[in-house]
Amino acid sequence: MYAIEVDNLTKIYGKGETAVTALQDATFKVKPGELVAILGPSGSGKTTLLTCIGLINEPTYGRVVIDGTIVADGGWHSSIDLKRMRREKLGFIFQAHNLIPFLTAQENVMVALEINGLTRNDAKRRSIELLNALNLGHRINNFPSALSGGESQRVAIARALANRPRVILADEPTAALDTENGKNVMDLLKKLAVENNSAIMVVTHDHRMVENFDRILEVSDGRIVGEQSIVDIN
Amino acid sequence: MNLAIRDIRYHRGRFILTSVGLGLLLGVVISMGGIYRGLIADALAILNANKADIWVVQQGTNGPFAESSRIPEESRYRIATVPGVAAVSALAFQTIQIERMGKPFRFFLIGYAPGSFGGPPSIIAGRGISQKHYEMVVARSMSIGLGEKLRLGQNEYSVVGISDNIVSSGGDPAAYVTLADAQEIQFKKSNHAIRNERAKITANVAGNNSLSQQQAELLTQNIIASTESTHTVNSVMVRLAPGADLKETQERIQQWNYLRAISDEEQTAILAKGMIEKARMQLGLFRVILLIISGVIISLIIYTSTLDKIRVIATLKLIGAQNRVIIGMILQQSLLMGILAYGIGYVVILLTYEKFPRRIVLETFDLQSLFVIVMAICMISSFVGIRKALKVEPAEALGG
Repeated sequence: MYAIEVDNLTKIYGKGETAVTALQDATFKVKPGELVAILGPSGSGKTTLLTCIGLINEPTYGRVVIDGTIVADGGWHSSIDLKRMRREKLGFIFQAHNLIPFLTAQENVMVALEINGLTRNDAKRRSIELLNALNLGHRINNFPSALSGGESQRVAIARALANRPRVILADEPTAALDTENGKNVMDLLKKLAVENNSAIMVVTHDHRMVENFDRILEVSDGRIVGEQSIVDIN
Repeated sequence: MNLAIRDIRYHRGRFILTSVGLGLLLGVVISMGGIYRGLIADALAILNANKADIWVVQQGTNGPFAESSRIPEESRYRIATVPGVAAVSALAFQTIQIERMGKPFRFFLIGYAPGSFGGPPSIIAGRGISQKHYEMVVARSMSIGLGEKLRLGQNEYSVVGISDNIVSSGGDPAAYVTLADAQEIQFKKSNHAIRNERAKITANVAGNNSLSQQQAELLTQNIIASTESTHTVNSVMVRLAPGADLKETQERIQQWNYLRAISDEEQTAILAKGMIEKARMQLGLFRVILLIISGVIISLIIYTSTLDKIRVIATLKLIGAQNRVIIGMILQQSLLMGILAYGIGYVVILLTYEKFPRRIVLETFDLQSLFVIVMAICMISSFVGIRKALKVEPAEALGG
């Protein structure tokens, strides 16, 4: 079973003469444990693709299946609970890490777990486990303002992984980081994809990072114009 | 995890400062309720201290507190003979303003017949009045020491006792002298006026040639005695005998056409509803305005705080947070702000209310009601923020 199946996914903003097609007929599949990059220039439609898969943006046409569940089929599937699906199946990583400023590193991870129904003690245990695994054990009580860019992004990764999601969606996760920290984050994502058997899709326009991915989807003017595996690139 | 508490912990300086400001505003609202209750307590203080069943005053007046009332002192002897009357006591009141230590000094002077009721309710220092003249008992709040002398009218009065605080309906502290002294202070004319009046009466009578010299002298003496008499009182208090019928006794007293017999209940209504009605409405209006202002301020604070958290809310929505998590965060913050502000306002008033120039009476019911109102305002005020938060799209979490 694929972690993500996208078939003829189309997203049109607006109606009539002002309608803009941001994404057209995107079709691809991602296996569990696969690390896929969505590469393309600004305005090409890569974030729209990510938000449609992330159940944030309702597709206009086409079908999206996450971990075997049809979530969209010409609009949201009628029986789908989007919030629940996002809580249980998806993990998000952002360019600006989006940590909650008034929560400590540990609480930022715990909040995702408690929202998903874990008890306080279980959430505490799991968050410490995750932060230790990401070498942040010494920073659990620090607020985001006291963390470096790389540390903040690792906390965001810990939060995205908290509920053991089947799919992790990352929007420019290395854009705000220097080359070394960016590479560390990508190495970490690659490791986690394998360890957790999660499909990871990363939107990026950073060509320096391409070697880290198993596959690259190239997007231009709302269409997937190319698909390469890392073997092809090498 | 309580997100509201976590946010407050992180922004505690801002939260506390805002709550202090709001607390002071609520303190004013609490104090206004206290002032209103104080007005009622002051208005009824003398009434409650005397425990009279009937107040006999001049007919056609709402005396002796709401309106001026003057009746002959000898009325008390007639009233005492009415069936059902157990005891009577005549009172003379007057608000006096003198200069003391270079400042205006205002108080309410009550004249009563020692040995009868109507005197100071309790003496906390010194003694009660035992001489016929020139002794006085003052309220503690007048800050006059035992043995000090005050000049009132043409005589000096020695302070022989300090009573518990008792005030007039206007809030002025009360002092007690004998009825005779109070009558002299209130009704006795100055020597100059007496001399003028005597000369005028003598001349008028002398101009009447139909009277013999003996008749003229007798008439002059009678007129002078009548005009110079101080045997007038403002009210006669009546206590009924056990089992006596109030209505019946009132009617019997009112058979004297120049008297009106007001029951204690009627007197309470005159004072509470009549005299302080406007003050009550004024204070009530101020309280409503201040509560509306508090509501607007809370709304603005919560709304601004929600705007500050748009990204946080979007992120929470993106990671699948239910609406109740977001609503709870905003609502709890609003309620916690209300609770803290109310607490601050309450403590501020509790620590300062005795220093207010007018009496503040804090009643549990008023405080509880205000607390409930403040909580309701906080809930309603947070709706603006909640509405904004619920409209936030998870997509707003994306981007740089």
